[in-house]
Amino acid sequence: MHIVVCIKQVPDSAQIRVHPVTNTIMRQGVPTIINPYDLFSLEEALRLRDRNGGEVTCVTMGPPMAESALRKCMTYGADRAVLLTDRFFAGADTLATTYALAHLVTKVTEHWGAPDIVFCGKQTIDGDTAQVGPGIAKRLGLLQLTYVQKIEHCDLAAREIVVHRRAEGGIQVLKAKLPCLVTMLEGTNDMRRGTMEDAFRAARAEIVTWSAAQAQIPDLAFCGLKGSPTIVKKVFAPPPRAEKAFQIGVEGKTAGDISETLVAEIFKRQPGLEQDLTKSAGADF
Amino acid sequence: MSDTAKPKPAAASRANTKKELPEHLKAYKHVWVMVELERGVVHPVSWELMGEGRKLADQLKVDLAAVVLGPPGGTEAAVTDAFGYGADVCYLVENNSLADYRNEPYTAAMTELVNTYKPEILLLGATNLGRDLAGSVATTLLTGLTADCTELAVDAEGSLAATRPTFGGSLLCTIFTLNYRPQMATMRPRVAPMPLYRAGRSGRIQRHEVSLPEESIVTKLIDFLPDGTTGKANLPYADIVVSGGLGMQTAENYQLVRDLAAVLGAEWGGSRPLVQKGWITSDRQIGQTGKTIRPRLYIAAGISGAIQHRVGVEGADLIVAINTDKNAPIFDFAHVGIVADAMKVLPALTEAFRKRLAPAAMRPAAE
Repeated sequence: MHIVVCIKQVPDSAQIRVHPVTNTIMRQGVPTIINPYDLFSLEEALRLRDRNGGEVTCVTMGPPMAESALRKCMTYGADRAVLLTDRFFAGADTLATTYALAHLVTKVTEHWGAPDIVFCGKQTIDGDTAQVGPGIAKRLGLLQLTYVQKIEHCDLAAREIVVHRRAEGGIQVLKAKLPCLVTMLEGTNDMRRGTMEDAFRAARAEIVTWSAAQAQIPDLAFCGLKGSPTIVKKVFAPPPRAEKAFQIGVEGKTAGDISETLVAEIFKRQPGLEQDLTKSAGADF
Repeated sequence: MSDTAKPKPAAASRANTKKELPEHLKAYKHVWVMVELERGVVHPVSWELMGEGRKLADQLKVDLAAVVLGPPGGTEAAVTDAFGYGADVCYLVENNSLADYRNEPYTAAMTELVNTYKPEILLLGATNLGRDLAGSVATTLLTGLTADCTELAVDAEGSLAATRPTFGGSLLCTIFTLNYRPQMATMRPRVAPMPLYRAGRSGRIQRHEVSLPEESIVTKLIDFLPDGTTGKANLPYADIVVSGGLGMQTAENYQLVRDLAAVLGAEWGGSRPLVQKGWITSDRQIGQTGKTIRPRLYIAAGISGAIQHRVGVEGADLIVAINTDKNAPIFDFAHVGIVADAMKVLPALTEAFRKRLAPAAMRPAAE
């Protein structure tokens, strides 16, 4: 079985700071991580490989430094990793990104065989669009199974897959055919620690690195900023509200006093709320 | 809005930042909203989008259309409500293959509608269904899609200006799809208010037949396991929400948030770091990457109020913030603030509400 997992190296957004005066992003020293949503897909891929035999290939598009994220994937147990890196890809929106990644998967197929499943993260924590997985699927003509909670059954011989997919109000149990593209829901598994053997292998491994030309991306006009139908016209910090919060004085007061003042203030501003709450509280007695 | 922010977006240096719509795309007109009809129920985000779509259509002086996809005989209520919430036209595809959401037939039907009737703007909810569908449709049509918008507007040239958080929610950006059609955008539940419903309002129904033979669809729905109704978080549509942040210091202290929520019959949640620490589950995360809420009352304890949190709560009628740091950004958008230790105020507040809300007969005689 051959499984391709698309990952992305992202800044650890919990640690991004905005300069209070200039509103610019303070990138310096922000550590990068593998997009956390990707790990649920990677772990699922590794489990399928462990069960069925075969190989897991991790791929990404990004700057040369994204190599470290791919190496990390190998410490978890991925069999190989491929980095697509070129200045032509800079500034890509979701459509341009899927163009490059779909062609990357095609190139991986030429080298190591067609994937039975392509996995993507549900979304990234920096872009948060959740659109790249569906875009790759459409471009490769693969069926897509998104927000998957569980792969119930994956039969390589029958080319059949059954998954539990999170939908509004419940879980859809869907039967589809391989090959397909799957995005896993968060919290569906725990990433393994990886063995010592994997760690040594990862440290020595060559990360396959391709430029646009080496990956034979057909038309650079569809890549990067140039190939992106959306354009960002401005970046800004949201303006503060005209009025700052009305402060309830705390000087020399007990928590009880403060709380009673606050309750009175809340119901003064939302009189309807008090009526509704009193009504429902009364109904309990 | 402030336009003084730096850095200058990279796009400013590009040649194609000007609107030069190719001739064949000039026929694209009108604003469409995809109505998410699943198992007989329309997701309220569709009506919220109808309200936003109405404003865009009025500004552009074009029609607002609803797109309803569903099984034969199962769409009547959705169509009636679409007009009630402001649609002028309803594009209706009824087909047995559209009984349950599946990507293949829905993408096929939506793509065919767009190619036939040519809308300039297409809006979808940023739900699992909407995000699954939007990516496939945009890629099929090779057009731009702006996901999870917090604000939609039309600029002086009539282009859709879609604003969304960027850089992990620390800044906002405004994105345009100038020279491709349709301009697609998704918006999360509760970002926009529910528009007024006008009973008896009606419009034109445009039925469209799409050939979707079941044998051509690979994906089969073999079962549906409905969620239990108890114990499930429903933050987006809650009337009152109480939440905690890192200022709560320990997982044990977080119980104080739940205690207050219990007295108010409220939903409880928290900021993103609490999910990362495992104090709360991700379905209770409030903010750009969690749930957007619009309660009548929101009480935030020990939350500093980063932009990614702010965009998720700004729709609340009344925001109360309790934080020890008087310079915390949350006081820039809260309505009522208390600079104090949440661990002391929360139990007292729980008690104060309990007293105030007790039925008259239960109150001490002195009151």
